[in-house]
Amino acid sequence: MSKFGGSNNKKDVPAITSSSLSDIVFMLLFFFMVTTQLRETENKVIVKIPEASEVVKLERKDLNSYINIGTPIKSLQAQYGTDARIQLNDTFKTTDDIRDFIAAERESKSEADRQFMTVSIRADQDVRMGIITDVKQELRRCSALKIMYSARKGAQ
Amino acid sequence: MAKKKVPAMNTSSTADIAFLLLCYFLMTTTMGSQTGLSRRLPPMPDKNQKVEDQKVNRRNIIVVKINSADRLLAGNEPLDVSQLKDKIKEFLTNPADDPNLPEKELKNIEGYGDYRVSKGVISLQNDRGTSYQAYMAVQNELVRAINELRDEFARRNWGKGFDQLTEDQQNITKDAIPQFISEAEPKDVAKRR
Repeated sequence: MSKFGGSNNKKDVPAITSSSLSDIVFMLLFFFMVTTQLRETENKVIVKIPEASEVVKLERKDLNSYINIGTPIKSLQAQYGTDARIQLNDTFKTTDDIRDFIAAERESKSEADRQFMTVSIRADQDVRMGIITDVKQELRRCSALKIMYSARKGAQ
Repeated sequence: MAKKKVPAMNTSSTADIAFLLLCYFLMTTTMGSQTGLSRRLPPMPDKNQKVEDQKVNRRNIIVVKINSADRLLAGNEPLDVSQLKDKIKEFLTNPADDPNLPEKELKNIEGYGDYRVSKGVISLQNDRGTSYQAYMAVQNELVRAINELRDEFARRNWGKGFDQLTEDQQNITKDAIPQFISEAEPKDVAKRR
């Protein structure tokens, strides 16, 4: 008879407490917040990092500046062509702008850390060395001598 | 006393909120550590200073050239990338004291004693048309040759791999087997432009 209010004769299944679920998710959240870093810039060039077997880890990520070199992404190719370009921060730049970029990056680091500043060259594996040589010469001129060729650990 | 029961707060949505936050952080952050090959560029020579030609003995230098077709020339012979490592190792160790291979200098290393350190320098030159991938492959082989030599040195002296050594021991090893890789000199760059 009592189709809905059957609680008085049927045994009630206790509801699963979901209060701990949020704690678990928060724990996950904190894990990701600690182990990851915010993406600072949007990639405007396609970078497929070459493989190497003898890579070393970068010690201080916060002292690192990135120079991205590669062909512009698909949506920007109509505007900028498919030639390899240098991306600093969020825009395409030429080698002449590296000086200002390095100066600005240096300024943003604390005085004690400036000597440990590393410039990471993230270049696509199909880029020609000409552009990278230019970048390296410019870096030498700005005396940003600690560099790092980005590479990923390959299965060599 | 009749106590009024406080109704339990409905917490089922907190999980959803937390998930939303989680998704946000998953999207906006990058994981994975940055890895790569670390290098130190030579400082730019001073303009006022007269550039003294550093006389490096011919036997002490090995020139590794990569041309625009990604072909390799080490010493004076064409090589494959896979052969480069052994060539470099032979060059740096000079086991038979060959007069064509680099000389060694008796050097006192603190905490170790005298060791005959090779004076060999690897000069890496590339063309403007060399692909970055080939360049990195060569760089990688050079580092690998040196790492293997260091590992052998570590095993000879302490019976352990280079990674397992203490920091002092690692520094001794680095002094004994230095990494001298010189990358394209500026005059070469200017010439090619």
